Amino acid sequence: MLNLALQLGQTKTPEAVLFWILAPLAVLAGIGMLFAKKAVHSALLLAWIMITLAFFYIAQDALFLGIVQIVVYTGAVMMLFLFILMLIGVDSSDSLTETIKGQRATSITAAIGFGGLLISLIGRATVGHTALGLAEYNVKGNVQSLAEALFTKYVWAFEVVSALLITAALGAMVLAHSQKIKSRTLQRDLSAARFRGPSLSTAAGLPSSGVYARHNAVDVPALLPDGTPAPTSISATLKARGDMLDSKIFELEVKEVEED
Amino acid sequence: MDIANYLYLSAALFTIGAVGVIVRRNAIVVFMCVELMLNAANLAFVTFSRLNGNLDGQVASFFTMVVAACEVVVGLAIIVTIFRSRRSASVDDASLLKR
Amino acid sequence: MKANNYLVYLIALPLFSAALLLLLGRIADKWGHLLATLVSASTFAIGAYEFFAMRSRSGVDRAITQHVIQWISVGTLKVDGALLLDQLSICFVLLITGVGTLIHIYSISYMEHDENRRRFFAYLNLFIAAMLLLVLADSYLSLYVGWEGVGLASYLLIGFWNQRPAYATAAKKAFVANRVGDVGLSLAIIIAFTQFGTVSFAGVKAGAPHASSAALTAIGAMLLLAAAGKSAQFPLQSWLGDAMAGPTPVSALIHAATMVTAGVYLITRSNFIFDASSTARLLVVIVGAITLLFGAIIGTAKDDIKKALAASTMSQIGYMILATGLGPIGYAFAILHLLTHGFFKAGMFLGAGSVMHGMDDEVNMRRYGGLAKFMPITAITFGFGYLAILGIPPFAGFYSKDKIIETAFNAGGNKGWILGGAALLGAAITAFYMTRVVVLTFIGAKRWDSMAHPHESPLLMWLPMAILAIGSVTSGFLLSSGSALVHWLQPIVNAGNVEGGKELMKPLTVSLLALGVVVIGAGAAIIKYRTVASEAPSNISIFTKAARKDLYQDSFNEAVLMRPGQGLTDTLVKTDHNLIDGAVRGVGWTLNTISSAARSIQNGYVRSYALIMVLGTLALVATVWLVTL
Repeated sequence: MLNLALQLGQTKTPEAVLFWILAPLAVLAGIGMLFAKKAVHSALLLAWIMITLAFFYIAQDALFLGIVQIVVYTGAVMMLFLFILMLIGVDSSDSLTETIKGQRATSITAAIGFGGLLISLIGRATVGHTALGLAEYNVKGNVQSLAEALFTKYVWAFEVVSALLITAALGAMVLAHSQKIKSRTLQRDLSAARFRGPSLSTAAGLPSSGVYARHNAVDVPALLPDGTPAPTSISATLKARGDMLDSKIFELEVKEVEED
Repeated sequence: MDIANYLYLSAALFTIGAVGVIVRRNAIVVFMCVELMLNAANLAFVTFSRLNGNLDGQVASFFTMVVAACEVVVGLAIIVTIFRSRRSASVDDASLLKR
Repeated sequence: MKANNYLVYLIALPLFSAALLLLLGRIADKWGHLLATLVSASTFAIGAYEFFAMRSRSGVDRAITQHVIQWISVGTLKVDGALLLDQLSICFVLLITGVGTLIHIYSISYMEHDENRRRFFAYLNLFIAAMLLLVLADSYLSLYVGWEGVGLASYLLIGFWNQRPAYATAAKKAFVANRVGDVGLSLAIIIAFTQFGTVSFAGVKAGAPHASSAALTAIGAMLLLAAAGKSAQFPLQSWLGDAMAGPTPVSALIHAATMVTAGVYLITRSNFIFDASSTARLLVVIVGAITLLFGAIIGTAKDDIKKALAASTMSQIGYMILATGLGPIGYAFAILHLLTHGFFKAGMFLGAGSVMHGMDDEVNMRRYGGLAKFMPITAITFGFGYLAILGIPPFAGFYSKDKIIETAFNAGGNKGWILGGAALLGAAITAFYMTRVVVLTFIGAKRWDSMAHPHESPLLMWLPMAILAIGSVTSGFLLSSGSALVHWLQPIVNAGNVEGGKELMKPLTVSLLALGVVVIGAGAAIIKYRTVASEAPSNISIFTKAARKDLYQDSFNEAVLMRPGQGLTDTLVKTDHNLIDGAVRGVGWTLNTISSAARSIQNGYVRSYALIMVLGTLALVATVWLVTL
């Protein structure tokens, strides 16, 4: 008994410490994902959970999966997520108010019931079940043993999955490819469009940034002849980010010249 | 420590992921929640592997990762396409199924 | 019984001509009437040839049959499309083709200005074909085809000017009333088939002595119903007056001389059934007696010359029906009166048509008066017909009608007194209303307005009238001298067997009596209608009112048949709307409501679908949880 306890304490205690520190953090991060207003924050919290899981994999004698989790999942897949987030607007923050009636209450109730049932089932299934461990399989090393399983017993599944991966890659290319349905707008067309527009005020083209101001940085609006700033001279992206400066401060001091 | 704790953690994360899928409107966040659910399943696989003393669980987990990668690639491509046409990544905006 | 190849042409020729004229359309407008008249004349020629051929044969060889096709062969029912020409048929063939041809000729002129004259002649030929099929049929089923054919032709011709809604309605009325009679005929055929296993005349005749009296009475009653429908007898008589909507030649041919007598033909043809059932005979005489008085009374009140003549037709056919119910000798007198009536009534109708032709289609007799001066030929021919129908010797009616009155008296006992009295009274009323027609039309002061220019009709019109007038004078004498027709028909109706039965009155007594009442009736009419207003008086007795309204037959039909029918239909419609449609709509409404409720699940939001999936998974997990408990 003592021996068993010692054994448990020796082999399991560090793992228990690891678990009890990281697992609550992972759950907190998961809950945080639900409440984060910005998708980027959700992504970062997910990345954190994935790294946590990688630790757990390694702790459970799944060295290869742990490394793959970090390299492929956290490294590649999560970067893909972030990349897409950048593409469609990293700044946009979501409204968390529910629009579908009863959706939130139902889902939370269902989730609590689901989780409770699952935990109850797990408890019922694993009580008094001792782990057999993977010591004998990992004699040659986890990677070697996994490779042996993959390329012998599961080689067919492996082949099929690789075909699936290739198909998915092709599918993504087809989906994301946008067909050009009209010819490129040339400078000539733009010029014609300016003159054919409802008013001729912009017939000469929009002003560049900084015109008549004493500063020609891209975030300084041009000044119109009457001295008011022209927002149209600034890139829309900068405007949306709130990175537009007031051009008043760069205005040239005009001294009144007395007429003789 | 009881190994079942890993399974409890897996169940908790899976449930959180499911709630995220239902509650969040941003398509990318929904996708990340799906990833969370897949990861929770992976954790359960790895734990089962250890419980039962063979590597089949880890192999299944490996395949899950591949499938998850495929799903992410295709799903994100769809999101990009929808965003391109609707200027929105909200799953509620793409509600043409009812008509 | 040698097969004869000419019989089928009697029917085929006019049928082919009718089809040709109808199918060719306007192309045939120029010569259609000539072709139709030629075809009609050629059928008369064939009929005459057959008549003389028959005369040259003797005894049982006189009747000939021609097998055309095997028509129906179903189980034990075998009907041959065969034609039978015997002593009875030939009378009708000659009447139909003879009068038919005269009326074709008359119509050429009468319908000259009608742009649909070709169509009119096509219908006339169709009628000739159907009527000949009716009288040449050798079985009830073939007769039924002809029976329906003449009904169709009658419908088409009554509604010939169907651009007038009233005329189209009249055609429909005739059609419907005839359908009621047709139900009787089809029932009679069905009963005959179940009783005798055959529908041919010969087969039924052979089987009749062995059949039960109930079956024979039923067949007889049904045949009487059929005859009442076709011959406008009580209680189906109401259509005949309205049928005068058709062109006048049609009224003369179909609704005076031929088609309406088909009922008399049917009963005479079925003499073996009526001979075997005294109940059926009694029904026949009752119907005949009622109708002859009914028609006569209606005739006294009609101002429309054609309607007065139609009422007269109804009454005269009543005489014939009465005669057919009086046993074997009666059949011969019925046919005799039928033939003489065919001449004088057709002649009078053509005369009426001639008057209308000269008076711009005016039919109200109160607007005539004194026309004898302007159209003498019409007046004379009409007068011959008038004398014939009154039964003044030696005109045709004298020979035929007096015989019927005499036979009625001879029926024996109270029955004889009642029937004879009714027939005699009918003769008096006939004299009254016919005198009224003649006085109002041809004699007295003129009452037409200045717009009318009465004139004599052209040759093509008065020639047929003249021929028919000669028939009105001579036919009675020719047919009855030496009981020629009675002997001629003897093989068919066994008339000779009962000749010399007990006589209630001597023929001379009856003739004198009849002449007496006729003189009284005619004298009363002359006194009453010497002067008459051009508008019908409105302060009239209820009897006149009733007679003007056809003795309320239409109101009766409407109240007893139409209103309950309408009520039933209304109820059915409401039931259909509320109960059946309600049930159907209820199912639809329920589904709709359920679907609307179910549709709210399908809101198109992916997240809702995901939630439902989660709920499904929850149910699965819960099941597992419960199962492994």
